[in-house]
Amino acid sequence: MFSFRKCGPTLALICSAAVLMPFSQRAFAESAGYYGVGETPTEEQIAAWDIDIRPDGAGLPEGSGSVDEGMAVYETYCASCHGAFGEGMGRYPKLSGGEGTLAEDRPEKTIGSYWPYASTLWDYIHRAMPFFAPQSLTDDQVYAVTAYVLNLNYIVDGDFVANKDTLPKVEMPNSGNFVWEDPRPDIQNERCMSDCKDEEVSVADSSQGKNLTPSTTGPLDEGLIE
Amino acid sequence: MFGKLRRLSLDVSKTALEESQKLPSSERRQFLRSGLFTAGGAMVGGALAGLAPGALAKSKYPPENPSWTLSLGPGVVADPYGMPSPFESEVIRRNVPWLTADKVSSISFTPLQHLKGIITPNGLFFERHHAGRPEVDPQQHRLMIHGLVERPIILSMADLQRLPSVSQINFIECPANGGMEWRGAQLNSLQFLHGMVSCAEWTGVRLSTLLQEVGMKPEGKWVLAEGADGAAMTRSIPMAKALDDVIVAYAQNGEALRREQGYPIRLVVPGWEGNTHVKWLRRLEVGDKPWMQREETSKYTDLMADGSARGFTWVMEAKSVITSPCPEMPLGQKGVYQIEGLAWSGNGKVKAVDVSVDGGMNWQQAPLREPVLSKSLTRFALEWAWDGNPALLQSRVIDETGYVQPTLHQLRKARGSNSIYHKNAIQTWKVNADGSVINVQLS
Repeated sequence: MFSFRKCGPTLALICSAAVLMPFSQRAFAESAGYYGVGETPTEEQIAAWDIDIRPDGAGLPEGSGSVDEGMAVYETYCASCHGAFGEGMGRYPKLSGGEGTLAEDRPEKTIGSYWPYASTLWDYIHRAMPFFAPQSLTDDQVYAVTAYVLNLNYIVDGDFVANKDTLPKVEMPNSGNFVWEDPRPDIQNERCMSDCKDEEVSVADSSQGKNLTPSTTGPLDEGLIE
Repeated sequence: MFGKLRRLSLDVSKTALEESQKLPSSERRQFLRSGLFTAGGAMVGGALAGLAPGALAKSKYPPENPSWTLSLGPGVVADPYGMPSPFESEVIRRNVPWLTADKVSSISFTPLQHLKGIITPNGLFFERHHAGRPEVDPQQHRLMIHGLVERPIILSMADLQRLPSVSQINFIECPANGGMEWRGAQLNSLQFLHGMVSCAEWTGVRLSTLLQEVGMKPEGKWVLAEGADGAAMTRSIPMAKALDDVIVAYAQNGEALRREQGYPIRLVVPGWEGNTHVKWLRRLEVGDKPWMQREETSKYTDLMADGSARGFTWVMEAKSVITSPCPEMPLGQKGVYQIEGLAWSGNGKVKAVDVSVDGGMNWQQAPLREPVLSKSLTRFALEWAWDGNPALLQSRVIDETGYVQPTLHQLRKARGSNSIYHKNAIQTWKVNADGSVINVQLS
């Protein structure tokens, strides 16, 4: 049976301190786990869900895959949406091509022309592809199909083997063209209230007659209007 | 008996709706825009707009008494979870079929033209799915927090609800809202042009509370948020924002999150682009660097005219739009109208909204309607006597940082027209002499 006398001198001090300390003070205590909710995951549990990969290769697992092996994986799981050579099908994304188009009128943002990091390819294929069965590929299959898609974009040679050492070293053609600091606000306006334009106002473009707008009344518009 | 009465009261609208549905969509829109149905002053959004004028007169005009005055209605819990009136059945989220390859990785648009106030009803909040909407069992769902922390944890939904909670009203906007219009005017609809923004009261636990609970290591500078859907959607969030106003939300407008909004839990990252508000949240990892995931490299980066690209453009800059009149809400006869709309800023509160009826030559400040909250939708309304002549309507927001909403011309000059994201330009609606309203772009 519990008795206060059974607390040693130190424990008694803690007991009384805990009782006396106002709640609000305790709520701001900096030590971890104040509320003590939840359970502590095992290393195995963390490893199972910790699937993210960084550009420096952090997170890449053991295993490997060649361009040739990747071709078979690609044809089985990827070509039906992305096309035999990564050219895209319907409105599913193109994976290859588009070099030199980023400043053009119709830019093609593909893995080869746009993506800044090869690690992201491994990460995304592994976490979300194939579209209809995410996270169903083995690590070796992901390495292989990563190698194949890089090869489709002429970024690696046909004898390339992807693994946790080779992949972070792959340099993506467009990696230098990103600004990672937001330069906005990039437009500074004065608030003008009257006679704000030098020229007469005119309409340059109108949505009228373009026939692109789905129905906004009645049942949902299921069809393609284009 | 009640069934019979309900049938009676529905008959009239059903006939009109059936009539309008026989028309091809373009004619149906014209039919609804013709102004005939607003003559009685009833600018009602739903199926009511499809009522034939004769039927309308017969059913509700004095001295006649309508059937619902002369009978009993269904009792309480006839709808244990209430549904909108059947006359509002057209007030729904809609999608643009040609926009994406598949509906499971697509977006739906909020019918802003039919909404009042600043809160978006949960069933009308725009949706963005990258792998369809998962059906998550909250009993089985877990949130794991790990990485550069002293005490990694796995939380059940019950664990999470034991922690102190906060509620805050915030908008969420997809950075692609209006993105189809960088090159020119395409869609003739408020809903499709601006409906990737919605606003709700979110309730949940501050991310700072959770990070304090696990004890961050000093090297922890970023947080990766990951969803439990088939896209296992991820975004890297810098620690300063994570500790500022981000919450792990489990409730939306007083009820559990809707499934489309990440049930049972999602991140709410006030003022930042919608995709950072990771839905069906299952993992938070603290790290020393960003992860450069697909959604922050291939997508949600802004391509400039010179071929360079901007990443980490998280904030949704100030924007406003007139919601009435608009293409779906044409004018009737000339006379006094309220030019009404919504304004918001990811950088804080709306300070003022100006309205122009002459394409931006002259402006008038529009009164704001309370409440005016930070990183929330704000409603404005300005009285306008329409003389029946064509007009070019615009609204322009100024936020508390002093930022003045730019024109599309200015945005194109600064960024070209390949950017896709963050188009917060002033919208122009052209009012024609017949009262119809068209989406236009000025020179």
